[in-house]
Amino acid sequence: MEKQSAFNIHPMDQFIIDPILTGDSLEWYSFTNQALWMLISLVSISFVFIYGSRKHQLVPGRLQSIAELMYFFIRDMIIDIAGQEGLRYFPYIFTLFILILFGNVLGLLPYSFTYTSHIAVTGFLALSVFIAVTIIGFVRNGLGFLSLFWISSAPLALRPILLIIEVISYFVRPVSHSIRLAGNMMAGHAVIKVFAGFAGALGLGAIAPIFAITAVYGLEMLVVVIQAYVFTILTCVYLNDALHPGH
Amino acid sequence: MVDGNLVEMGKLIGAGLACTGMGGAAIGVGHVVGNFLSGALRNPSAASGQTATMFIGIAFAEALGIFSFLVALLLMYAM
Repeated sequence: MEKQSAFNIHPMDQFIIDPILTGDSLEWYSFTNQALWMLISLVSISFVFIYGSRKHQLVPGRLQSIAELMYFFIRDMIIDIAGQEGLRYFPYIFTLFILILFGNVLGLLPYSFTYTSHIAVTGFLALSVFIAVTIIGFVRNGLGFLSLFWISSAPLALRPILLIIEVISYFVRPVSHSIRLAGNMMAGHAVIKVFAGFAGALGLGAIAPIFAITAVYGLEMLVVVIQAYVFTILTCVYLNDALHPGH
Repeated sequence: MVDGNLVEMGKLIGAGLACTGMGGAAIGVGHVVGNFLSGALRNPSAASGQTATMFIGIAFAEALGIFSFLVALLLMYAM
């Protein structure tokens, strides 16, 4: 169906996945713009952490400070929320944080592609967290992990109702975990493009939308970091539930 | 769009109605941060230890708004 639109660019066009090397057909082996931007983020992550940790200075330089700040930020978060034994899973949680943070921030570059705006990506991340946490819970606590759903501090009559609510909320976790990140990224980046569409339609009066883009862009810088933080902190909360299931 | 079809109109109205759910999420996030601030101003020394809890609360309140946004997007582009 052909739609008439005032925009000369569609705000959702930036989320289209297209193959770069193999022409127009989208096959399972196609090298898409998503793969390209994942590769770019991989290269920049490697750059920050390999060059940042190359010299091991006592007084850190700029790059080493960045790497150390991120490292200790996540380390303190895990200790605060999941306790000392959560540190065993530090590499996984740190990897999640860095992957999401770099995906979000690189997605703010003009003409770039935000791979965290796709539920296929965030859904996989959230599902792997969900499966890992469930397995850790059963391995560490055995069947005692099920006490997460049977709240012994509640009155006995209420417990079956709470059981149903807890089980539902447990299985909704990967859904909300993934959609929160993807939805925030999609909405935020689409808002910038909507204002960009206004600027294109207004011609010389575009000065107002351009100021608006600047403001929204500043807000987005905040949101992308907070969303990476929120995804990581919720992973820590779920991990804490698996390590200490008693309420 | 006088001659647009009825199904398209229903979709767009539905998408608009779904977006009202985001207002509820806005109220929720405002409550969380407002109550955090009113507590933090009474006891500023305890505030820094609770920012993580605040962000978790924001995330849970916000998720439901994102769900309604998702419903709006599905109505407009996927159905």
